[in-house]
Amino acid sequence: MAVLRPSGDFDTSYEHDLAVVRQRWQWALLLLLLLALFTLPYYAPAPTVSLINRIGIAIIAVQGLNILTGYTGQISLGQAAFMTVGGYISALLVGAAGWSFFLALPVAGLGAGLVGLIFGLPSLRVKGFYLVMATLSAQFIIPWLTRHIYPSLLNGAQGINVPVPTFSLPVIANTCFLGTTFNAELGTCVYRFATPSQFIHITLGVLIVSTIVALNISRSRLGRALISVRDNDLAAELLGVNLFAYKLKAFFIAAVYAGVAGALLAHNLRHINSQTVGLVDSIMFMGMLVVGGLGSNLGPILGATLVVLLEELATVLAPPAAALLPTLAGGATAALKPLLFGLALMLFLIFEPRGLAHRWMLIKAAWRLRPYAR
Amino acid sequence: MTASENFLTVEDVTLYFGGNAALCEVSFGVRRGEILAIIGPNGAGKTSMLNCISGFYRPQHGRIRFKGHDLTKTPTHKIAALGLARTFQNIALYTGLSTLDNLMAARHIHMRQNSLQSILYWGYARREEVAHRRRVEEIIDFLEIAHIRKTIVGALPYGLRKRVELGRALALEPELLLLDEPMAGMNVEEKEDMARFILDIYERQGTTIVLIEHDMGLVMDISDRVVVLDFGQKIAEGTPDEVKRDEKVIHAYLGDA
Repeated sequence: MAVLRPSGDFDTSYEHDLAVVRQRWQWALLLLLLLALFTLPYYAPAPTVSLINRIGIAIIAVQGLNILTGYTGQISLGQAAFMTVGGYISALLVGAAGWSFFLALPVAGLGAGLVGLIFGLPSLRVKGFYLVMATLSAQFIIPWLTRHIYPSLLNGAQGINVPVPTFSLPVIANTCFLGTTFNAELGTCVYRFATPSQFIHITLGVLIVSTIVALNISRSRLGRALISVRDNDLAAELLGVNLFAYKLKAFFIAAVYAGVAGALLAHNLRHINSQTVGLVDSIMFMGMLVVGGLGSNLGPILGATLVVLLEELATVLAPPAAALLPTLAGGATAALKPLLFGLALMLFLIFEPRGLAHRWMLIKAAWRLRPYAR
Repeated sequence: MTASENFLTVEDVTLYFGGNAALCEVSFGVRRGEILAIIGPNGAGKTSMLNCISGFYRPQHGRIRFKGHDLTKTPTHKIAALGLARTFQNIALYTGLSTLDNLMAARHIHMRQNSLQSILYWGYARREEVAHRRRVEEIIDFLEIAHIRKTIVGALPYGLRKRVELGRALALEPELLLLDEPMAGMNVEEKEDMARFILDIYERQGTTIVLIEHDMGLVMDISDRVVVLDFGQKIAEGTPDEVKRDEKVIHAYLGDA
């Protein structure tokens, strides 16, 4: 299917053809959406804000997985393990070392990325099913390590409490600006990202950056090299792509995304241990990616949103379900969540294996062709 | 002719798969600016020969010298940058990418942006994308595939996919182009188109071409010289007319008369 542009939208230069956001009204819509998201805490109830926060963090983790699995074709079940690494690094840097969260966040990403590189090494030798098994090992080794190494620092299986991210400003003319409050102990103005309503601004900011990075990767030399590894690794090598280097780059980038998502999660929950995210979450991320659409930048956003919303639906449906099936009593929510996830995954694999992103493209194309064809 | 005049020199190449010799002490040279055809019956080792040259197979013995490099010892991903490109018998395109992106992907070796610049996609990386896009558009115009520029190649018919694959090889701007059965499975019209493109590439850009083809009429028409393989051994080499009259070649193709 060729690209269908809205009527009257012509490419006048290669720069214009390469643009992602093409028209003024698209920019306007995008800015409106961002404005609506950033002002969410002012008009939406707290649970909704908290929900959007969770969706945002899941999107970042799935975006990383999309670069590895969707673009490079290397299947990984280690994403949650790399999140754990990022979460612990940030927790220790902010908590024990007293760093600023905003410095610790990128370092947590890079640290997780380096760990991701190690678990990416088998990808040079093995593909597909065997690579899944190799990345699965991360899911066992890393939580085990957090439970058993440096118990004085990592506190074993109990895990550690994570401080609230803050930023401080100097006192200017005896007033504190930007919504900060005076902290007598430090002698500066401090803003604390304590509640989801405050934390969501960090999540959204990171989400914007992570989305732009994913977009840039997919439309540049790096992205084409990654996709050529996925589509035909033998041809890619003969066309000058260093398979080893690009597979490792993909593992690194995916783990950086995971590390950042893990750090956000840890600071949002204010606690992290080896069970905070685990194998089930890695599988969920893979499911979100499949539901959203592998190898599409829209995929992680749509997939993570749908799956997290389904979890919410499980919470809503739990009381009537418990009345219907008394044996579920007490654990109705816990029982319904995997049920709905599994059902969604199965239906998507049968009816829309290319995910919501593909469906969205079809809808757009149909709309643009209207009324001539369907 | 001495070996130094050769652009590409294949020396005593021997390739085994287990106990089977796919190629046995094959030697020949390719001169700069010629079209050399490799022919032979099925299973003669033609594609194996091409795979050895392009670095896909590593022969057990022998050397393949190209511009002062021994290709049998060069890492596979570095061979393209030496100026060597190929197409495949069973089309090996990036099926999930559009025609345009397939050709842009082949510009990989000519682009200088590093991965960090790709991620930032600002300044140099952005200008480089446009500059290479311009070059790729020239190839798209040349091969008359502008109408499928943004079509995902997995959805293209066979003949067009062959043409896109030729375009991808051209996007590497090779000095030596290896074509593995570029006209296999095509109808007469498509074959004529493809032959025209090959001759155009050869005449306009002076690209040296090595091709494998089964259509004898076509091979004899467009190639300067022909190398004949049979059961992994070279049985003849020469101009099309010489090869046509060669006893061994007639025997290999027709059997005992």
